[in-house]
Amino acid sequence: MSSPPMSATVRELTYLNAIVEAQREEMLRDERVILIGENIDIYGGSPLFDTFDARRLRNVPISENGFTGMGIGAALTGLRPIVDLTIASFVYLAADQIINQAAKLRYMTGGQLSVPIVFRACTYYNICNAAQHSDRPYPFFMNVPGLKIVAPATPADMKGLLKAAVRDDDPVLVFEDMSLWTKKEQVSTDPDFLVPIGKADVKRSGKDVTIVSIAGCLPKALAAADALQGEGISAEVIDLRTLLPLDTETLLESLGKTGRVVIVDNSHRTGSVASEVSAVMSEEGFEILRAPIRRVTTPAVQIPYSAALERPLYPSTERIVAAVKSIL
Amino acid sequence: MALSQALKSEAYRRMLRIRRFEEEGTRLFREGAIPGAYHASIGQEAAIVGACLALNDDDAMTGTHRSHGHPIGKGADLKPLMAELMGKETGICKGRGGSMHLADNSVGIVSESAIVGGGIPLATGVALSAKVRKTQQVCLCFFGDGAVNQGTFHESLNMGALWRLPVIYFCENNGYAITTSLAGSHGQPSIAARAQAYGMPGTVVDGQDVSAVYEVTREAVARARRGEGPTLIEAKTYRYDEHNVGLLIPGKPYRSAEEVEEYRTRRDPIGLYRQRLLQEGFTDADLTAIEHEVAGAVSDAIRFAVESPLPAPETLYDYMYSNPIGTPGK
Amino acid sequence: MAPSRPVHSSVSAPTAATEAPQLTRELSLQAYRRMVRIRQFEEEAMRRAMAGEFSGMHSSSGQEAAIVGACLALRDDDYITGTHRSHGHPIGKGADLKPLMAELYGKATGICKGRGGSMHLADRKVGIIGESAIVGGGIPLATGAALSIQVRGTDQVSLCFFGDGAANQGTFGESLNLAAIWKLPVIFFCENNLYAISTPVAESHGQPDIALRASGFGLPGVIVDGQDLAEVYAATAVAVSRARQGGGPTLIEAKTYRFEEHCLNLQVPIPYRTPQELEHYKSQRDPLVLYRKEMLRSGIGQAQIDTIERDVAAEVADAVTFARQSPLPDPREVYDYLFSNPIHYPPEPAP
Repeated sequence: MSSPPMSATVRELTYLNAIVEAQREEMLRDERVILIGENIDIYGGSPLFDTFDARRLRNVPISENGFTGMGIGAALTGLRPIVDLTIASFVYLAADQIINQAAKLRYMTGGQLSVPIVFRACTYYNICNAAQHSDRPYPFFMNVPGLKIVAPATPADMKGLLKAAVRDDDPVLVFEDMSLWTKKEQVSTDPDFLVPIGKADVKRSGKDVTIVSIAGCLPKALAAADALQGEGISAEVIDLRTLLPLDTETLLESLGKTGRVVIVDNSHRTGSVASEVSAVMSEEGFEILRAPIRRVTTPAVQIPYSAALERPLYPSTERIVAAVKSIL
Repeated sequence: MALSQALKSEAYRRMLRIRRFEEEGTRLFREGAIPGAYHASIGQEAAIVGACLALNDDDAMTGTHRSHGHPIGKGADLKPLMAELMGKETGICKGRGGSMHLADNSVGIVSESAIVGGGIPLATGVALSAKVRKTQQVCLCFFGDGAVNQGTFHESLNMGALWRLPVIYFCENNGYAITTSLAGSHGQPSIAARAQAYGMPGTVVDGQDVSAVYEVTREAVARARRGEGPTLIEAKTYRYDEHNVGLLIPGKPYRSAEEVEEYRTRRDPIGLYRQRLLQEGFTDADLTAIEHEVAGAVSDAIRFAVESPLPAPETLYDYMYSNPIGTPGK
Repeated sequence: MAPSRPVHSSVSAPTAATEAPQLTRELSLQAYRRMVRIRQFEEEAMRRAMAGEFSGMHSSSGQEAAIVGACLALRDDDYITGTHRSHGHPIGKGADLKPLMAELYGKATGICKGRGGSMHLADRKVGIIGESAIVGGGIPLATGAALSIQVRGTDQVSLCFFGDGAANQGTFGESLNLAAIWKLPVIFFCENNLYAISTPVAESHGQPDIALRASGFGLPGVIVDGQDLAEVYAATAVAVSRARQGGGPTLIEAKTYRFEEHCLNLQVPIPYRTPQELEHYKSQRDPLVLYRKEMLRSGIGQAQIDTIERDVAAEVADAVTFARQSPLPDPREVYDYLFSNPIHYPPEPAP
């Protein structure tokens, strides 16, 4: 578990307020940080507007590709923007600028340009919003060299990773999860509290099986570990935190202890984050594996509106427990 | 060309159907019988119905996340719409689409897109199809003031004009995109004025006047059918409720309570039209009869929806593909 | 030389007639030098590419006055974005030819270390923050540079080069609107060379005047003769001045022409333009020929013109020599320049 520096104080913070606070602190710290998004004057965290002028808080019209590219242009010329794309499904509209410009410009110009930008998008799912509002697009972007992608699952990680993303000089895609908004924990108040990009976190130690949790699956993964404990099975839960680059070292270290892996990912099964983690762990840990790797994912079907159809789709505690037992 | 007497009462009926459906739907949403997010069209009925009545039954339409008014305006049966809101198997989209996607293909709706601006290229394509197939159909594209700034608006209107496609681009300008006004998001405030950039005419119409909307749309439809290409219509309308039911507006309100009240009391499309109908040959009894009929239709729809079954989990993969190959997987 | 004509007087635009900035003699010579550089660089590059020394290019021959006229109205610290037709922009902004030529050859000494190539000759030192091969891709970037200027509070401006084809991209509409709302200091400069590959404007635009689109977004639009350097310069200088003073964006449509095909070796099985049209532009509307006449008329001697042309020829030859003699990039360094702050890179052994 990542811990705050010894001398810092902590306070209880929700996941949602961790986002607001991280942005506020980074904007206070560095005047080059600006926020771009729709309706942010109302929803971007109104505390920001009381302190800062609208010069640095840009409420944009609905034009995702355009305003994302605008953010990139600003990043190329001395600013450090945070672009808020609201609901994760809308990130596809901005995909051209994120992929073809932000991810590629530094490399294609032989290092002349740098793109210190953060793109934020929040996944909304399991709330009867139907297919066009319920995407979990992380795997789509993992295939793009030049991006960094994080998906925090706790308030402390949310705050620390968002701050780290703002301070990183490369384009970082931050996926938030709406179902975690009200989760609370003690979070450092140190304005320099950062969580390193590229480091996974062992949220629970164990020795019989490694459960790799991606993004908002963490509460279910931990609940599954609790249930398994009741049956005498000791599960180690790794919260991936950063999807790109993968922290292969932490993953393999855990595999070395347990020899068995279940990967929990709420994106659609085909080409999921779980698929990549599975391939890496099997390629580099084949001799250590004692059983096939299991993925617990959302099936490859469009998200239906009716709760009767939607609710069973996402990874559940029961499905994770069953997957673990199937490889013991 | 003005509304005939028969169409006048139909206009009143359909506007009322939208209003009552939305009022009951809002109530059911607040009670938890309808899940998800509910974007009501209350206040925008004249803009919707005036446009729909200018179309033939076999003309097509695309719409938005604020999707309920469009099928109702085009004459759809309320039962499958209400059933869809409740996520039932008998819903117009078999419980798969929900509130933001009440696309009733039987009344010509091709799509109700929850991606803002997502339907504009689709409508343009439907018009292209009509032209290629040499039919007399047109397609009417509903979108809001927010969608005008999307790249798809720009790309689609250019192509619509370039090939003189039989499409009508109809903007329900209700003044706000969630909480953002036009002044804060449009380089210049007239949406209709953007039309000339693409080489098509643009018109502004009072969206609270169903008769005016009908006349303007009728002319645009006639133009399109004659092969003269698209028109951009900007209907100035208003939504009474928030962007979606129950949306909290923290901090400073983005619009005044007085403004909302003004529209509710003095610019209500249904109230205004009722008064007008009483002066155009309709009696109070005529109109009351319609009101009762509509109330009955809405409560029938609710009963139907409540009594309908939920989709069975084993049907999860149905409707994914026309030609499934190896689906479902494990 | 007629002054540029605002297309929409309903939107307030500076009266070009009273304010048209003139080129000084020094700037005139500079202008001609840069136009000749573009022309000779492009012609030499085409010869080299056809000889197989590198793979291909999109020539700007014929568009020199539009490019240089615009660039000369900018300061060194102003930003530019450009397009796949990228060679003219850095040259127009005063870049050194050697790293540009070396980049075409894919050499380690290239302006992008061999990673960008012909479509991406972005020289950051002369203010270029991107030459996007995605049509319309640079328009939001230029808008963002202008946003950055406004936030940082400097008096820089950003100029966005794009073609007639890009005017139909969604990014065009979205960016012009954004720039207009906040009066960002950006000049949207369309090099309208009448064809997108082989599609004429009349077959891709709902109405043929690109500048006319401006008023729909709330900014002024101006049409200029892109083959007339002084006219381009004057209109751009007015737009730049307006932007610097907080007056917001302008859309300039420079009607120009490209002498070569869209790209080298493009097969054109069905002609999209007549030989007569091409011949007319090459003989009557060559921007270099027209400007030479202008310079002679204004008292600049033929000898000076000849000197410029000889100097540039030598520069171009030097650039080719430099490029050919430069080393190729080392494959083991393929991951270099991927990140400012690499984490766990490279992830797999380099090839």
